[in-house]
Amino acid sequence: MIKAVLVLNTQGKPRLAKFYEFRPVEKQQELIRNVFSVLCSRAENVSNFVDAESIYGQDARLVYKHFATLYFVFIFDSSENELAMLDLIQVFVETLDKCFRNVCELDVVYNYSKMHSILDEIIIGGQVLETSSTEVIKAIEELSRLEAASNSINLVPKSVSGWRAR
Amino acid sequence: MAGSSIMDNLFQRTLEDLIKGFRLQLVGESALISKAVEEIRREIKSTDLDIKSIALQKLSYLSAIYGIDMSWAAFHVVEVMSSSRFAHKKIGYRAASQSFHEGTSVLLLITNQLRKDLSSPNEFEVSLALECLSRIVTIDLARDLTPDVFTLLSSSKVFVRKKAIGVILRVFEKYPDAVRVCFKRLVENLENSDSQIATAAVGVFCELSSKDPRSYLPLAPEFYRILIDSRNNWVLIKTLKIFAKLAPLEPRLGKRIVEPVCELMKKTGAKSLMFECVRTVVTCLSNHESAVKVAISKIGELLVDPDPNLRFLGLHALSDVAPTHLWAVLENQEVVIKSLSDEDPNIKLESLCLVMAMVSESNVADISKVLVNYALKSDPEFCNEILGSILTTCSRNVYEIIIDFDWYVSLLGEMSRIPNCQKGEEIEAQLIDIGMRVKDARLQLVQVGRDLVIDPALLGNVHLHRILCAAAWVVGEYVEVASNPFELMDALLQPRTNLLPPSVRAVYIHSSFKILVFCLDCCLMQNQEHVSSLDSSNLAVGYSGLVAGKKHTETRDFASCEGPTHDAQNEGFSPQNSMDSSEQLAVQNNAVRIVTQDQTSIATSLEKNNFTLESIVGLLNLIELVLSPLAANPDVEILERARNVLSFVQLIKAEISDNSNQNVDILDKKDAQVSAIVKLMCDAFSDELGPVSLNAQGRVAVPDGLVLNENLDDLNAICGDIELPSSSSFSIGGPHFGTTSDASPFNLPKKEETEPLNESASLLEHRKRHGLYYLPSEKNEITYDDYPPPNDPQKKTNLNDESEDLSKLAGQSLSLKKRPNQTKPRPVVVKLDDGDVVPISVKKPEPRDDSLSGAVRDVLLGSEAKPSSSQSNPSDKSSGTDKKNLSSYHPSEIKENVIGAEMPDQANPNRKSKHHGRHKERRRSPRKTIEGGEHDQRENKKSSHRHNRHKARQGSSSPLNVAPQTPVIPDFLL
Repeated sequence: MIKAVLVLNTQGKPRLAKFYEFRPVEKQQELIRNVFSVLCSRAENVSNFVDAESIYGQDARLVYKHFATLYFVFIFDSSENELAMLDLIQVFVETLDKCFRNVCELDVVYNYSKMHSILDEIIIGGQVLETSSTEVIKAIEELSRLEAASNSINLVPKSVSGWRAR
Repeated sequence: MAGSSIMDNLFQRTLEDLIKGFRLQLVGESALISKAVEEIRREIKSTDLDIKSIALQKLSYLSAIYGIDMSWAAFHVVEVMSSSRFAHKKIGYRAASQSFHEGTSVLLLITNQLRKDLSSPNEFEVSLALECLSRIVTIDLARDLTPDVFTLLSSSKVFVRKKAIGVILRVFEKYPDAVRVCFKRLVENLENSDSQIATAAVGVFCELSSKDPRSYLPLAPEFYRILIDSRNNWVLIKTLKIFAKLAPLEPRLGKRIVEPVCELMKKTGAKSLMFECVRTVVTCLSNHESAVKVAISKIGELLVDPDPNLRFLGLHALSDVAPTHLWAVLENQEVVIKSLSDEDPNIKLESLCLVMAMVSESNVADISKVLVNYALKSDPEFCNEILGSILTTCSRNVYEIIIDFDWYVSLLGEMSRIPNCQKGEEIEAQLIDIGMRVKDARLQLVQVGRDLVIDPALLGNVHLHRILCAAAWVVGEYVEVASNPFELMDALLQPRTNLLPPSVRAVYIHSSFKILVFCLDCCLMQNQEHVSSLDSSNLAVGYSGLVAGKKHTETRDFASCEGPTHDAQNEGFSPQNSMDSSEQLAVQNNAVRIVTQDQTSIATSLEKNNFTLESIVGLLNLIELVLSPLAANPDVEILERARNVLSFVQLIKAEISDNSNQNVDILDKKDAQVSAIVKLMCDAFSDELGPVSLNAQGRVAVPDGLVLNENLDDLNAICGDIELPSSSSFSIGGPHFGTTSDASPFNLPKKEETEPLNESASLLEHRKRHGLYYLPSEKNEITYDDYPPPNDPQKKTNLNDESEDLSKLAGQSLSLKKRPNQTKPRPVVVKLDDGDVVPISVKKPEPRDDSLSGAVRDVLLGSEAKPSSSQSNPSDKSSGTDKKNLSSYHPSEIKENVIGAEMPDQANPNRKSKHHGRHKERRRSPRKTIEGGEHDQRENKKSSHRHNRHKARQGSSSPLNVAPQTPVIPDFLL
């Protein structure tokens, strides 16, 4: 089971933090700090695994990937395969890349909500449900359409009724 | 009002604006956050859902990224969730899944909203609700929404169905009775041709089986089919994970899957799948030699891969396989050793683990040598990892693998001198421990201790202080084997000892006390010998002669005898100039000792160390000189000990100087006094210290009137104004004494002792006020023997319980593995019968979700038709209060069911049944009754206790459920 997905930049600022088990916000922040302090001390070209038991508790594993200015971090337990998790990070990043066309940190920063939607298509309740980025993108596009539609439908009546009510 | 709403609407900052603000950073971040939160608090109260939802969105963002509390907005979340517009709904649901938890009170309000959205025709709304449910599901939600999720499990839309499968796991965890409704449909999904649905279903089973594998054995055929048919790597990996859990429970399953797993391992191009195959083989199929061989060849490939991830995992797999197939490690020895210098810290650590796995008593010296060399070259962190693992490995099972303790003790000394060494406490503990346990190692130990305390450069290193403490203790405690007590004394009193923390310095002073007593005792004995060798008629004359020392008024015979002693002393043993010549002498002495193998005899060291009055007087002067300033030291430990020594020195000195102008009769008396005092002190120190049993404290009778259960927290209030030094007690015994002294009621006085003297008035005041006194002084009769404290419990132990004899010999390794080239036998290592090391408590993971596995088993064994009489109160059961239910669902039962029916001749190492068997009366499965007939014949074949018990219980079993059962694992698989 996947326990948490984090995206941090190289300064330690979280860009996305999703926990699949409830954790109080202070704990979340502490965890993010701990993860970053481990990650930033690691050299380039070393393995992508970090011993996470001290950070997250028993049986926790952590893999991360470093892309440009961002760290993508997955924390999970023994029910997942480490290499598969690395692949999953790849899938996630690929999907972002396709969504934002050459994703960079700014896209991640400004599309916070979309990032969540993408992640929710891949993982639900800590379970990996989708590993194909095309499927994810299909779902996301439809989702945005629906969102936009719901906004535009309501925009007119609401403002009109607003005026009328006055 | 409406106007302000419009204004708000027009000028409200969106999430994007907020983020932009953060990026611009015109004001500080925290100021910006508090401003934004203030804004949000205002906006979120708006009746306009647009404004509300945007405010909520901003709040969720701040909460996730900056850790802002959003629990106060819970009700607003519910409002936004229930909006009919999808965009709002999405924001609301996301906020809910982010911030709601078991304790959120408004959770009760959303059940209907969730139900409505779960049955919505819009698949994205369903998806939102499912996603949210997966995060916030509680017992109540699970119970109320199970039917809705159940419906979705067979939804025609893959998009919805796979998510429902993912969510069902969380529902099961909270509400096991959901299994009765949903399990069949979940299993059907396992067989679905759509790979997304199969992925989701296999994932769920992987999670379920990791918690309670036994319940899922009956599904083995389905999993096997997936293993054979599936081409999806994700599914295969998960299936392998499931089999890794199932195979250890059912040996024939292993036989069945070993071939397809090997096939996969050879064929697949995906490294992740290949590695999973390798892991499955090494962890649970390790008795299938051929498979292990294939796996190890694959590991070999991984080890030389340029990708550090694969190298790391290869090493990891190798350490998994090491306990059962050490040859695999030895085969890859070179790569492993080479990996020690890899740039990747993970790889280094893993290879260190493997190297330690290779250690045996024949190669421990060589490996340690290599590792220490690596430690010297490594960065501080890894250096200490290496040292730590050497220390742990060598001390395992009371130094099981160490044969040559002289070597090991020297290694400890060598390790202490490694610049980055921070393992002071561990080395300290082992130095003392070896001293107490291994008599034959003491000579070398004192030698190592001497080298450590004598080196003034080491005193400045903070990390070494603990080691120096142990070294000082060792040289003091075992001074009788020391080559030169005088140089030890010099070392212990050297000026740089003021760099030591007070607790260590106290040990130094006390050790010097021990050495002094030893020297005095030797001096007396030596002269006694002289006297007797002279065949003197009057012992008193001899004595006076010895104390009078250089007085030439003595008989010529005696003087001539004393002469050479003087010379020797003048040459080498004058404390003032002994440093240079002592080295040489120590070497000589050592050589002599090695030749004679006479290690402990006091007589030999007596011969070599000529204790004359002059040297003793020098010693006394030196001590007085060094310790006098410490008599007013603010640290009570130092002060106490320094004063003890000083008053002793003064006592002796007075005796010695007095007798020069006394007549013979008085001399006689005085002399007797000196020797009596020295004798007393010698006796005080002569008791051998040994390891103390962990339970020793328990065997000490609690004195009358002592309330141990009294809350000592009150002491904090009382001692609040008393300044305690950071290192409050000098537990020299390290971890072995820890339990004893910690739990000891004598701790109380010790704490108070540490109070500086100048506060003694206030202390008295305290005692008067709070009625606190030192404990009864029964144990303080020997005033100087209060160190080290754990001695007392140990003595009592011996008195109280004869059976707890401390000196249990542990020569078993000798008889087991005697090597021909072993030149010297392993020395005796003292061990205690009842374990003197902290027992490693092997905690068996208690199956937490007994009710879940029980439910699963019911479904799988086809008894779901049974009226749920025993589960009538689901919430009761899942909260774990219904004991009978819980116990009746214990996994051991299915084991008996399954095994009993299917494999009568399979011996089962079923440990659990023993513990829980007695609870199993409520619900005996019908399988038992069916088995009844087989029992008699089977019993003849094997006399397993389990089956006897099993049969005995049969009478009491009530036929509560009588659903017919089918064999759970079809024969084709087995």
